Amino acid sequence: MPTVHFTDAEGAVRDVEGNVGDSVMETAVRNGVPGIVAECGGSLSCATCHVFVREDCVSQLPPMEDMEDEMLYGTAVDREDNSRLSCQLRLTDELELFVTTPESQV
Amino acid sequence: MGTHAMEQAAGATTVPTQTGLLIIGASQSGVQLAVSLRALGFDEHITLLGDEDHRPYQRPALSKEFLQGTVESESLIFRSNEYWAEHNVDLVKGEYIARIDKEADGSGVAHASSGREVPFKRLALTVGARARKLDTEGADLDGVLYLRNADDALALKARVGDATDVVVIGGGFIGLEAASSLQKMGKNVTVLEYGPRLVGRAVGEETAEYFLAAHRSRGLDIRLNTSAARFTPADGGTSVAAVELKDGTVLPAQIVLIGIGVIPNTQLAEQLGLDVDNGVVVDRFALASDGTTVAVGDVANMPNPVPGSEPGERIRLESVNNAIEHAKVAAYSLTGRREEYAGIPWFWSNQADLKLQIAGLCNGFDQTVLRRDEARGKFSVLYYRQGQVIAADCVNAPLDFMAVKNALAKGQNIPADAAADPATQLKTITTDS
Repeated sequence: MPTVHFTDAEGAVRDVEGNVGDSVMETAVRNGVPGIVAECGGSLSCATCHVFVREDCVSQLPPMEDMEDEMLYGTAVDREDNSRLSCQLRLTDELELFVTTPESQV
Repeated sequence: MGTHAMEQAAGATTVPTQTGLLIIGASQSGVQLAVSLRALGFDEHITLLGDEDHRPYQRPALSKEFLQGTVESESLIFRSNEYWAEHNVDLVKGEYIARIDKEADGSGVAHASSGREVPFKRLALTVGARARKLDTEGADLDGVLYLRNADDALALKARVGDATDVVVIGGGFIGLEAASSLQKMGKNVTVLEYGPRLVGRAVGEETAEYFLAAHRSRGLDIRLNTSAARFTPADGGTSVAAVELKDGTVLPAQIVLIGIGVIPNTQLAEQLGLDVDNGVVVDRFALASDGTTVAVGDVANMPNPVPGSEPGERIRLESVNNAIEHAKVAAYSLTGRREEYAGIPWFWSNQADLKLQIAGLCNGFDQTVLRRDEARGKFSVLYYRQGQVIAADCVNAPLDFMAVKNALAKGQNIPADAAADPATQLKTITTDS
C-alpha cells in the first residue's frame, strides 16, 4: 500500500496509508491530518494543500503543470523548490512519500 | 430510553442519552464545525445528523468532475468512518428533523420524522439551502431535474446517457458549470437565462460579458432574456421531450436542468422562534437570536465580515469558504470564546477550460480595472471603492487572484492606475493602504 509520511512544522510525524489513485491531499484530509486544509477539494483553486516534498522523493512525482505552478506563488508560507500542491500528487503502487506541511495554509 | 435502545439495536456505538452538541445538517459547515470543535478541545459527544443517506460529502464536484465521471463518489467523502469514531462524533444519516423542543438553557430534544428523538445540550443548525423550484407548466415531468445534492446528481447521471438535448434553465454558476460539463459529455446544450446577463449579481458586467462570449465561442447556445413557457412530453409520455419558449420556439430536450438559485432552510429556525430574515439571523459570533443556538454557512444571515463594510450591513454567503470560516467562528462560540470571522470571502467556479476565482465581495464598487491577456487566455477584473481594491474576478489568472486575496487579507491596496497593465505582476505593486 502506498504510504505518506506527513511531518508538521513542529516535526511531529504522522504516517498514513492511502489508496492507489487517491491524491496525497485526499489521503490527508480523510484521515484528519491537520496541516492540510484543501478548501477547494482538489480543483486547484485555493492553494491550501501546500506541501514540501523531501528532496529524494521529488523525482517520483509527476511534473508540475502551469496552473499548479502559478497557484504555488500564492501559498500562505512561501514556496520553495520542493513545493507542490498535494491535490496534484496521486498515490501509485508502493509509493513511499515523505512530505512536510507548512506552518500555515491560509 | 427509547433512542438509546434503538441505537443499540441498529448496532451503533453506545451514544449518551443526551448528546453534547447536535449538529443538524451533515454539510460542509456541519463537518467543519465538528472538526473545528475537536481541534479546539471540545470534549463533549457530538452528533452530526443529516437527512441524506450518504456520508457527508463535498458538493462542488457534483456539477463538474462527478457529473463527468472523472472522480468517484468515494473521493467526495469528507472524512473516513474511522476519523469520526476516533473523534467521538456520531454520524446519523437519513434522518429528517421535523420539530425541536428547546429550553432556555439551549438544551432540548430534536424529533425526527421517523419518530427518533435526539436529546441535546446545545444545538447547531448547518442545514444549508434547497434548490428553488420552478412552477412552469410541465415542471413535474420526468427528466425535469435540479442539481443541489448527491441524489440530484445521481438522477441526472442516470438519465444523461440516453439524452441528446439538454436545456439548462438559469445562467448562474451551477447552470453554467453543469452546461459545460454536459457539453463536454457530447450533449447538445442550450442555456436559458431569464435576466439580461449571465451570473446575476455575483460578478460585474465585464466578467458576465466575458463568460457569455467565451461560452458562445465554445459552442454553447446561451439565450438571454429568455424563459420557458412550458415543458412538454412526447405524445402520451411522462418524460419531458421539449421546452417551449415564450416566443413560441420549441427546443427538443430529454433533460431539463433547473438552476435558479436556492432558498435557505429556515423551517426549524422558524419553528424555534428564532429571528429569520433571508436565512437565520446570527450575530458576529454565529449565535442566533436565542443566544444559544448557532447557525452556520449557507443558512446564516450574518453581519458582513469584510473589513470596511457598512455598519449594520448583513450578508448571506453561499460558498465552501464561508462554510469553513463561519464554522470556525461558531466553534469558538460553542467553546466560550469570541473570535470574529477571519479571512476574505472567496469563490471559485470551473466551467469548461475557464477557471474563475473570485476574491472579496464587489458590492458597492465605483471603479473597475480590466486586465486582459488574450494570448494566454487570462482575464481579470479588479473592483475598487474610493480607490481601495475590494474584490477581483480572475479567469485562468491565479496569480492575480492570489495577489488580490492576499492584499485584502492584509488590508493592503493595489493602486488602480498601475494595475491595468497585464504584464505587471500585481504582487509587485501592492502597497500598504
